[in-house]
Amino acid sequence: MKITRRQMLVLLPAAAIAWEHVMAGTPEAAPNYTMSEHWWSMLIDIPKCIGCGNCVRACKEENDVPDGFFRTWVERYHVEDEDMTNPTVISPDGGKEGFPPVEKEDEGKYFFVPKLCNHCADSPCTQVCPVGATFVTPDGVVLVDQKYCLGCAYCVQACPYGCRYIHPQKEVADKCTLCYHRITKGLTTACCEACPTGARQLVDLKNPNDPIHEFLRTHAVQILKPQMATGAKVYYNGLDGSVR
Amino acid sequence: MSGVEGYMYPNEINLYWSVLIVLYPYITGLVAGAFILASLERVFNVTAVKPTYRLALLTALSFLIVAPLPLQFHLGHPERSPEMYFTPHSTSAMAMFGYVYLWYLMAVLTFEIWLDYRREIVLMSQKSKGLVRVIYKIMTLGSNNISERALHIDEKVSWIVTLVGIPSAFLLHGYVGFIFGSIKANPWWSSPLMPVVFIFSAMVSGIACVMVLYMAVTKLRGKTIDMKCVDTIAMYLFYTFIIDFSLEMLDLIHRIYEADESFRTLDFMVHTKLYFSQIVVQIIFGTLVPLLLLAITQLVKLPEIARKRMYAVAGALTLIGIFAMRWNVVIGGQLFSKSFLGYTTYKMSLVTKEGLLVAVGLTLLPLAILWVLVKLLPPWTDGHSAEGVAAD
Repeated sequence: MKITRRQMLVLLPAAAIAWEHVMAGTPEAAPNYTMSEHWWSMLIDIPKCIGCGNCVRACKEENDVPDGFFRTWVERYHVEDEDMTNPTVISPDGGKEGFPPVEKEDEGKYFFVPKLCNHCADSPCTQVCPVGATFVTPDGVVLVDQKYCLGCAYCVQACPYGCRYIHPQKEVADKCTLCYHRITKGLTTACCEACPTGARQLVDLKNPNDPIHEFLRTHAVQILKPQMATGAKVYYNGLDGSVR
Repeated sequence: MSGVEGYMYPNEINLYWSVLIVLYPYITGLVAGAFILASLERVFNVTAVKPTYRLALLTALSFLIVAPLPLQFHLGHPERSPEMYFTPHSTSAMAMFGYVYLWYLMAVLTFEIWLDYRREIVLMSQKSKGLVRVIYKIMTLGSNNISERALHIDEKVSWIVTLVGIPSAFLLHGYVGFIFGSIKANPWWSSPLMPVVFIFSAMVSGIACVMVLYMAVTKLRGKTIDMKCVDTIAMYLFYTFIIDFSLEMLDLIHRIYEADESFRTLDFMVHTKLYFSQIVVQIIFGTLVPLLLLAITQLVKLPEIARKRMYAVAGALTLIGIFAMRWNVVIGGQLFSKSFLGYTTYKMSLVTKEGLLVAVGLTLLPLAILWVLVKLLPPWTDGHSAEGVAAD
């Protein structure tokens, strides 16, 4: 096909606009990193969590999370023997500064549950975004293109786990990125790095040498709200049935 | 934390969809309902409602013009909203809004109104002077042929447009219901009944709106209200309302009987935070009282003046009740935690972008637009049509 100079002049700007749309939704380039070789998720080992709040503080610092909103937070559950389905839960300031002393030490059980985006494989937030500003990367991380997001908050409504919020200054959807800027450079996430007990571990399911495979084989591991069928990828070891 | 009872996930404490998102389904509902009332005359030959045919169309158009505005005010980045047209996300229910809206605005409503008024527009463009003449000239879209044959074709095309318009009106509002009904994360919304309930409540609100407007405007114009027309509209309002109420009760009974994991939380919410807006405003004053009034007018032979007053009260209460229904869906759906362990409070601001003043302004704006439309395209059948104006 022959293209005249005139046609070329029309086509070039059109191609430039189209290219911009193609690029929107492409994550930041990272050298020596092949997306198709990874499938990221996280393991939360509940018995190991001491509720120190290091992870919440590290996340706030690393990702400049606005006050009053959380990409990760820690909940403290109190489940009494006679009322298993009705736990008392607290998360003062997302557990950022730790927790107050327990009141009824002898009654029921207490435990901490760190929460973050579940980076669902079939994520409802991605499904409902009207412009595709939120998307799942080929390496399994749910991200938001904040230059493209309308700020309609439909994704916030669609997330069953309460992991999303509208950034009060940027007025776009914001959430955990699994520290994508770090993990694509061979680092772990800020929360995992700050955890003193190893209760949070970044895992790469496509890496055959990742200890997660052995862990999943030998432990009773669950995900949150499996009935939602979102393909949640944050695995919880020792998860109590009362956790929502 | 103020306004929080029990446990909310920390990102849930603020509501993300405000009173403006309450207005959005309310306004689109009025559009769909008003159009369906208009189609009664055109497609189903219910000649009694003819006096409201054009008023219903103009009302639908006025509200449709305003329908996207609450969304625009709500968006964090309204300047990016055209992306919904250029790069819609195929799996998103919301992405279709732009297309459904444009289709309804251009292919259905505006087209039908234009066809219906074409003769008057052409006559006015010939008889008026100055700026008004220019406006009418533009409105003719260059089509000046008002021969009998041309008008006959208009009539036929208009009938087809209305026929297409009925499923389109269902689509417009059923789709709004689907936006809520398809959110599996939220048990207050997630229900296949939601689109159907939205359609019927839309019809109820649209019919009530046109009935009240017709009676108010006729009174203001010093003309006599066509009682046969209002009686017929009230009858349709009554029957549609029964279907709507039955569907809502079916949803309620289903939830109570099934009593799934969310039931205890939702039940508590209805008895506390939503008690006034749901039980008192929506169900008692917004549904049962108007239904009772309308039932009396159907069963007992009442004098004209009593019927008029009862229709006016029933219509106004219905409009408030349907607004409360939208409020309870949108706001109620965000007052409880998805952990089912707690509740938050909606604090409506006054003068912010999503505050009360903007909401009131957006509710009144369609009436201002309707006033302009009525001036340009008089909908009256009692001798004061555009043609009449032209002859004056």
